[in-house]
Amino acid sequence: MKLNHLASGLLGLSLLVAGCQTSQQQLLKTDKGQVELRRMQTRAFDTTDREKTLRTIIATLQDLGFVVDKADATLGSVTATKLKGYNLIMTVTVRPRGEKQLLVRSSAQFNIQAVSDPQPYQDFFTSLGKAMFLEAHQVD
Amino acid sequence: MSQKSAPYFTALLSLVILGIGCQATIPKEALKMDGATMEFRKMQARRYDTGDETKVIVACAGLLQDLGFNIDESETKLGLVVGSKTRSAVDGGQVAAKVILALFGGNMAMETDQRLKASIVTRKGGEAGKEYTMVRVTFQRIVRNENNQITRLEPLNDPKQYQEFHSGLSKALFLNANDI
Repeated sequence: MKLNHLASGLLGLSLLVAGCQTSQQQLLKTDKGQVELRRMQTRAFDTTDREKTLRTIIATLQDLGFVVDKADATLGSVTATKLKGYNLIMTVTVRPRGEKQLLVRSSAQFNIQAVSDPQPYQDFFTSLGKAMFLEAHQVD
Repeated sequence: MSQKSAPYFTALLSLVILGIGCQATIPKEALKMDGATMEFRKMQARRYDTGDETKVIVACAGLLQDLGFNIDESETKLGLVVGSKTRSAVDGGQVAAKVILALFGGNMAMETDQRLKASIVTRKGGEAGKEYTMVRVTFQRIVRNENNQITRLEPLNDPKQYQEFHSGLSKALFLNANDI
């Protein structure tokens, strides 16, 4: 009898939790606000050479231990994976900002989580800035 | 389990769960260059004495095919070609261990297959008359066991394999590969 109560209690609880959130809702879910996310993931560089920037991004990712999966010069995107007991996937995109600058945005996924801590992005842009011989400007 | 040890067990279990929680965040050094960065670059890259990047990347694709890789992706405008292949990951030692364990009524999941990936990046450099093309290749693999669980996610860092790849490429190009 006691066990029956416990079982129905657990069932009720699991239904309650299931009602709150289904795993399908992960599809469009983000950990941080759009503005905040863009801010930590984006830097501006004083160059308009898209191809050179993309090639430098590829070289920097290789230096950081990534294997490059895809690149598209037209879209301006590079995707790479680092396997080291974990699975870290990074997508970096390039687009123009005004007449004299390019915006570089990177987004990362660590195992099954989005990376929403600013420090790893800062580390990436520090390495990229050195390889570009250019300063990575914070964008507001 | 005795009544006494139950709290310890619970405490240990929560510690284990906490430990898993900690591992789930990105390691601090994941996106930083370190002392090994230059070493890996040297191991993975060679300079070829030609300014014809297209010729080099076509030879790279040919070499991937020679080695049994399928071409997954390429973007010649940026000097990239990516290939992969799935092969057996059965290891003699693991087979022996499984047999011995089975004799004692035990069981272990053996590694059965692996997905091997090669990503090649070319870059043109040098000045007119002394042009060269840099080629950097990187390998990694994902290994699964007989239960289809991932057992390894790792880069392949054996210098011999990189040497072998580049000697294959220099043969394909009829060019000398220079160390950087």
